[in-house]
Amino acid sequence: MTTSAITSPGGFSQILRSTWGWIKKIPPVYPIFFIIFIVLGLLNPNKYQTMNGAMTFLRTASPLAVLAIGEMFVLALGGFDLSVGAIVTFVVLVSSKLLANDPANAYPAILIMLGFGILIGLVNGLVVSYLKVPSFIATLGMMLLVRGGALYWVGGAPQGYLTDNWRAFGRNYIENVPLFGRIPYALIILIVIGILSYFIFHRAHFGKQILAIGDNVRASQLSGVRIRLVRVITFIICSVFAIIGGVMIGGYGGVNVTIGEGLEMQAIAACVVGGVLLGGSKGSVPNAIFGAFTLQAIVNLLNLLGLPKPYTDAVQGLIIIAAVAYAALSTRKKL
Amino acid sequence: MTTATVSGNEFRKTLRSIHIPPVYFFLILVFIAGGLLDQFFADGQIFKNQAIMLNIAVRSVALGIVAVGQSLVIIGAGIDLSVAYTISITAVMSSYIMQGKTENVPLAILGVFAIGALIGLVNGLTVTKLHVNPFIATLGTSLIIKGIINATFSNYTGSVPESFQYFGYGTIGPVPVSIIILLLVVLGGWFLLARTKFGSHLYGVGGNAEVARLSGVRTDRVLIGAYVICSMTAVLAGLFLVSQMQSGAPWVGPNGVYDLNSIATTVIGGTALSGGKGGVWGTLGGVLIFGVLETVFNQLGVNPYLKTVLQGAIIVLAVASYTIRSKKEAA
Amino acid sequence: MNEDQNMIVQKKNTELEPLLEVRNITKRFPGVVALNDVSLKFMPGEVHAVVGENGAGKSTLMKIIAGAYIPDSGTIYLSGENVSFSHPQEAQLQGISIIYQEFNLLPERTVAHNIFLGREPSKFGSLDIRQMNRQAKEVLKEIGVEEMISPTALASSLSVAEQQLVEIAKAISFKAKVLIMDEPTAALTYTEVKLLADLIGKLKDRGMSIIFISHRLVEVFDIAEKITVLKDGQLVNTVNKKDVKPADVVFMMVGRTLDHYYPPLGKAEDFGEVVLKIKDASNEIIKDINFELRKGEILGIAGLQGSGRTELAQALFGVMPFKSGTMELHGKAIAIKSPTKAIKNKMGFVTEDRKSEGITPRQPIRDNMLLTVRAIQSLFGPILKDGIRKSPKLVPMLGKQVDIRTDSFDREAQYLSGGNQQKVVLAKWLASDADVFIFDEPTRGIDVESKASIHDMIRELTKRGVAVLMVSSELPEIIGMSDRILVMSDRKLAGELAAKSSEQEIMLMATGHSNTNIKNTALAGKE
Repeated sequence: MTTSAITSPGGFSQILRSTWGWIKKIPPVYPIFFIIFIVLGLLNPNKYQTMNGAMTFLRTASPLAVLAIGEMFVLALGGFDLSVGAIVTFVVLVSSKLLANDPANAYPAILIMLGFGILIGLVNGLVVSYLKVPSFIATLGMMLLVRGGALYWVGGAPQGYLTDNWRAFGRNYIENVPLFGRIPYALIILIVIGILSYFIFHRAHFGKQILAIGDNVRASQLSGVRIRLVRVITFIICSVFAIIGGVMIGGYGGVNVTIGEGLEMQAIAACVVGGVLLGGSKGSVPNAIFGAFTLQAIVNLLNLLGLPKPYTDAVQGLIIIAAVAYAALSTRKKL
Repeated sequence: MTTATVSGNEFRKTLRSIHIPPVYFFLILVFIAGGLLDQFFADGQIFKNQAIMLNIAVRSVALGIVAVGQSLVIIGAGIDLSVAYTISITAVMSSYIMQGKTENVPLAILGVFAIGALIGLVNGLTVTKLHVNPFIATLGTSLIIKGIINATFSNYTGSVPESFQYFGYGTIGPVPVSIIILLLVVLGGWFLLARTKFGSHLYGVGGNAEVARLSGVRTDRVLIGAYVICSMTAVLAGLFLVSQMQSGAPWVGPNGVYDLNSIATTVIGGTALSGGKGGVWGTLGGVLIFGVLETVFNQLGVNPYLKTVLQGAIIVLAVASYTIRSKKEAA
Repeated sequence: MNEDQNMIVQKKNTELEPLLEVRNITKRFPGVVALNDVSLKFMPGEVHAVVGENGAGKSTLMKIIAGAYIPDSGTIYLSGENVSFSHPQEAQLQGISIIYQEFNLLPERTVAHNIFLGREPSKFGSLDIRQMNRQAKEVLKEIGVEEMISPTALASSLSVAEQQLVEIAKAISFKAKVLIMDEPTAALTYTEVKLLADLIGKLKDRGMSIIFISHRLVEVFDIAEKITVLKDGQLVNTVNKKDVKPADVVFMMVGRTLDHYYPPLGKAEDFGEVVLKIKDASNEIIKDINFELRKGEILGIAGLQGSGRTELAQALFGVMPFKSGTMELHGKAIAIKSPTKAIKNKMGFVTEDRKSEGITPRQPIRDNMLLTVRAIQSLFGPILKDGIRKSPKLVPMLGKQVDIRTDSFDREAQYLSGGNQQKVVLAKWLASDADVFIFDEPTRGIDVESKASIHDMIRELTKRGVAVLMVSSELPEIIGMSDRILVMSDRKLAGELAAKSSEQEIMLMATGHSNTNIKNTALAGKE
């Protein structure tokens, strides 16, 4: 045995140690997601071990991921956006009316919706910045406003159906793709938004300033950060992403009055599972995305196990608590 | 001569120490606005109608009771998002146990209070021992309760005996029993906060938990106590609601938006979400504001969806009236 | 008076039993030995100061004595008896009270509530508020402040000095025998310090043992009788104040003589043209401000607390802008209405309170250092890890310049010591390439060695042509650093003094006597 083939014991344990250190740094949401997904694959190979099945999963999970990214921006700022669920309801209901069952109206309708998204985010940001109302309350009020407004506009019930081309974004696939088979439009949208968000949050000054504001508003202010500008843009991003998510969800699920209920909580939960801290100063786009995926995977897993829907809610609740407890305990250990 | 001035001073001092929460000025404004709307659109019929005015108070009972509990939790720098589903499970469980028979009523009441205490205990323990953020902890609990309810009940369940409906409809003289209960709960909340060690400690924990801890306050116990009390008020509110129905339904809690409304009325009443300050009288003011608006809109036949829109705007504006003067940036 | 203050304070040359004694105390934290085998005696009726650099172990030792930490080994004796505390309240009940630098008061509760939190008097199960207020009043009377502070006042309505008095009253209400104070004078004005010193004297005469931590050696020498020096977790020595000079103490603390506390002042040829000119400026708080600031000089701003010093700094930087009057920057008329505008005009502001205003604690050091330069870049422009496009290696460069002691710039800023955090804040502003710097209490609560290096850096800045305005409540710092001194009084400019003016001259002007010995160049107005 030549010693040259073997690295010295010191070097080897050094490598082990640095790999372990690197492994420890991986946010828990990734291994958890992959474990759950593998379990899903074992239980239902047709659906989860095939590329087809994976794509179907991603079509369902992408809208929540888009919502989660937007919510993450606001959470990192130290705030909350409770209006995203109502925004989804708004998109679905009002679009059903604007479309007037005519596919030609689809793209203009979406543009109008995006305009509303900008308006809603603008108001949220301005109320927090100039009226000094905590975002929890401001977006709570906005949630009521948007939901009430939507229901009022359509007179309490959907006014038509959502045309196929409008629904394509959430429902359809690009067919005949080499290697992947088919890719849902929803996933493409998520990827585009994900890349864009990653860039502005992790690689541009914008994200760094969000984190600084979430961490210490006063210090940021005194360092010249344009607090109000950053805040307003952040809320606009969140609302616009909620609109996009709404188009995707409406596409996938069709019209339904209660469609947006509880989505804001799910978005926040997705972020929390992904390791975002409530109260600001930390955030990550990929983590939020995988937090949403994990939440969706858990729902699917529970359904697969034959758990009736009500229990799914209960288990989801337990899991969210467990995720946050785990995060809280591990930060305590550091001290 | 001197005794008169001394007691005069005492009187003046006590007068000055009673500070009226600013929300009541807002309530007066809302009353005036409602009165004006009444004049213009209903010939002044609304405010003249005694039954309707009484209705305002009665409508406020359920929200008022649970808002007192929520205020306690918020003063402790926490939040309780599980109250709506606690109300629901109270409604169905109590109705189920009662089965329309008066002799089952005590058991039913005991049963639901036990459930409420358990929920509050779980909330409190999750927050204090597992160090989970109260938003998430109570959100999780609410999902669990929701799951349990939906798994077992899907529709009206059981039935409420007429004798129990006394709670919801009965009167002592001209005053409805429910309003008396509401006032007792508010008084109880006030007493707890202002006149007991528990209250003093709760303000401490909410204001600065570390300081409280260093002073020997058992912060965990105090918080758990607050969550348990909050859940119990939710149970009481649920019992009131079910006493007005023939039988309990699982959608009672979420329909009334008791979670977010109890938080909103607390904040409008002057209690900060950050904890450590505020009180239940302010919350009552907030609840009454909601009650007046609700009644006036209903009587005027305002579209229920517009009502929601206005509600949202009013919550924000009411809170803004406090916060707009602050120099600090909001979160 | 107190019934258990039957300890007789004897003459100094009698051998007394120590009231408090710690023996062989050792305490370790992950990665560092905070205290290594420290033994000390604290006598009754004595004021004992504990000094040392940041990280020397002073706070750790105090926290162990007060029951907030448990030592890894060693023993504590109180009045000769071996005691051990598992919770601060145990120590409190046995007569050891500690007052931290950031007071432990609840701002929204009354004085009485604060004093009796956790042991509120009750009657028939409910709170006896009247009794609580009465007891609070008695305790306030014991320290002679019952006129100044009402038991029903909200803690948030009190000044910093008054809050400290409430903390002391709280300690008295616990019948404290040992009173520990952490940096008690850091946030007090000159007059308030004198009042505190008097109070400490009174408490000491009652037989209490007073221990305090301080970085301000002048006050240590004023108030204390014994001085203990800690260095790197170990006891260097305990000396009697009258046997040593401040320089000796400094030597013990850092192991070398800091032969100049302060870098030499500028000379006339170092000062350039007028960079900043303020005329008749006022805002809601301060009025009629007139002065000039020249390139390369350090203009000190002195005054009592509440005189408007910090408000002046904030007005200049746009935090609370001037509402009237004129401002000229480099000869051009300008109105600074926001910090962003100030920064765009190359002004920098190192704030009074680094923890709440200077650093973003959970962000890495490098992001802290780059906060200001990034703030004025285009919002969606790409970031560079260590700098900006113009200077990509800014972070390591600055880190060396301000001498930050850290193993990595990725570490979160909250884990640095106070001195290092202040250096991060300084680095942040050096990065911004400002040519007018405003410092507000630049070395508050910082150890001697870091203080000296920060002072050096400030003087270095002026050599680069930067104009410096320095607000400080430490008169030695004002006198040691300023090329000219402006004195604020009652929210107006009381006058201007030359370099090396005496403390008395400054105090006279600060307290409103603006006639004797004053060179009133600024107020006389240039024609």
